Amino acid sequence: MYKLWATIVKDIRVLTRDKVGLTLMFGMPILLVLVITSIQNSTFELVNNKKMPLLLCNKDTGPSSLQFVQTIEKMGMFEVTPLSSNSNESQLKASMHESEILVSLIIPSDFTDKIKAKASTIAVQALEDSTASSQKPDNSTPLLLFYHPVLDDAFRRSIQGALQSTLQIVEGRETIQTLYASALSKPMPADLEAAILSPSLSIKEIPASRDGSGKIPNATQHNVPAWTLFAMFFIVISLGGSVVKEKQSGSFIRLKTLPTSYHIALVSKQVAYLIVTMLQVFVIFSLGIWVFPLLNLPALVLPSDLAGLAIVSLVCGWAAVSYAICVGVAAGTQEQANGFGAVSIIILSAIGGILVPSFAMPVSFEQVMKLSPLHWGLESYYILFLEQGKTWDLLPKLLPLLLFIGLMQGITWYSLKRKNLI
Amino acid sequence: MAFTVSAVHIENLNFHYTKDSGVHFQDFSLSVAEYDRFGLFGPNGAGKSTLMNLMTGILHAQNGSVKLFGTDIQRDHRKSNYRIFGFVPQEFSFYQELSPLENLEFFGAWYGLSAKQTKTVSEELLGVLGLTHVQHKPVGLFSGGMKRRVNLAIGVMHKPRLLFLDEPTVGVDVQTRHAIIDYLRQLNKEGMTLVYTSHQLNEAEDLCENVALIDQGRIIAKDRLDVLCKEYEQEGLEGLFLQLTGKAYRDM
Repeated sequence: MYKLWATIVKDIRVLTRDKVGLTLMFGMPILLVLVITSIQNSTFELVNNKKMPLLLCNKDTGPSSLQFVQTIEKMGMFEVTPLSSNSNESQLKASMHESEILVSLIIPSDFTDKIKAKASTIAVQALEDSTASSQKPDNSTPLLLFYHPVLDDAFRRSIQGALQSTLQIVEGRETIQTLYASALSKPMPADLEAAILSPSLSIKEIPASRDGSGKIPNATQHNVPAWTLFAMFFIVISLGGSVVKEKQSGSFIRLKTLPTSYHIALVSKQVAYLIVTMLQVFVIFSLGIWVFPLLNLPALVLPSDLAGLAIVSLVCGWAAVSYAICVGVAAGTQEQANGFGAVSIIILSAIGGILVPSFAMPVSFEQVMKLSPLHWGLESYYILFLEQGKTWDLLPKLLPLLLFIGLMQGITWYSLKRKNLI
Repeated sequence: MAFTVSAVHIENLNFHYTKDSGVHFQDFSLSVAEYDRFGLFGPNGAGKSTLMNLMTGILHAQNGSVKLFGTDIQRDHRKSNYRIFGFVPQEFSFYQELSPLENLEFFGAWYGLSAKQTKTVSEELLGVLGLTHVQHKPVGLFSGGMKRRVNLAIGVMHKPRLLFLDEPTVGVDVQTRHAIIDYLRQLNKEGMTLVYTSHQLNEAEDLCENVALIDQGRIIAKDRLDVLCKEYEQEGLEGLFLQLTGKAYRDM
């Protein structure tokens, strides 16, 4: 046990004196998690939290357009900024570019007239002459929806759908009121109008998290675990290089002539670097919890199952260390270990859903992403952070990681044996 | 008649690096007596370092045996056998980021010494080799001579019966060389067998009692140095070396 202890102490001493390695292991992921979270947070808030800014130019002075605007505001999806009714299309576009607003709308001057005309035609058709020709929609002066080209297609369709629904509400209300007034020669009571227009069935939203809680995932909840995982695996630069350096240096020659198995050195490296990965988890998670709010970023909320979090972090850290040692043993030079290590981690991160979320990947990538240990690590963290899962929910995701660890350890042992190093 | 066991006994050793590479040693045999200060010399590429690596178990021979005090290091790979000897490689075989004391702490544990034993031996060795004042500084900042002394200290810290030294004084100044040679003599007096290789032939004359000259994986001469000089009518090791191995370049 003393041999192992002395070796761990040696490895930690060597590690702490490698300033470049420490910067790569701690400084780089801290910077990455800060930058990426800040960038993604603005997009995330746009979609989830903030109202979509909408520039609105109402050229109509009638009550229907007023109702239309009020209904849009009540919907809660848009933050309406009115523009002067005299604004033309080019002024509106210029305002959009100046204020970086992504959507704007022009209500034509005959909006109320057209709605009223349609309502009257329907009333005549329904009450007096069913053969009267129904008014065709007039597309000569439609509502004009301007959008910034960067706006996501699906998001644009949802905006258009929302505006279409609002338009139908205004039209429906006008039609019902006209019908009622035509039939009974008196205005419709407000409570009846409300009863007709309000839906009989409500929609109940149920979050599909494992514990049924409605916590909303944000950029922090995704990025902090994701980039912590990246940082863990990026120790391949330091650890892989350290294994090659030791292998190439005279110290390895001496170690081979000492009455102690090299397995002790391998176990020690795993323990020392596992401590490093746990420190990375601690530092980056602490950053998310305490520093992010100071930077106006959402704070990291730890999952309720802290034991599960510890298990996932340990298994991910061990997988990262096993991979780094395997690369170090297989590589012939430090340049090989650093080059292959860095590129392979970036590729494994990309296919594992760290750089691009897995749901945004093509279907053909579904099987490929399973090859990345980072995918399984990230999925495990997602269960805890986004789905509020428990330890037993993690098993299907941790099993592939444990198999990966076994494979890496096996390849390491075989490579050392083949090279007559143990 | 007293029975004496050889410190090193090599018998019918066959070794080549790969099947395609040339044969390095074929039916090679050599004996080094206990308490000897034995020098192993030869031109570049003669096989000195390969032989050192075979004697220390770093390389594995295809056939034959290398017995260290009766234990065949080539066949019996139990790590406990490695306590018998110490090795001072030509390369700086320690961690440059660590101080001499930290290096000794680590290697002491790997030799199987306790923390207390390591502390005692480290203090003693750092004192003898004049490194006490820099014991806490990273070895990477040291001069070549100081690094050589650290290299030596690590090789002898477990007080082995047999010490292999592969060019232990290469690149050091005269003072350091004398200090190292004096210390090796002292270790030999205390009962340690030395197997030494170097290109510093005047230094070797000073240290070695018995020598062997090897070339192309064969022993071309082996005896007491004075006997060999007399036999080949040479005044010193350098003349003997040139007479037996020639003057042509070897590492072309």
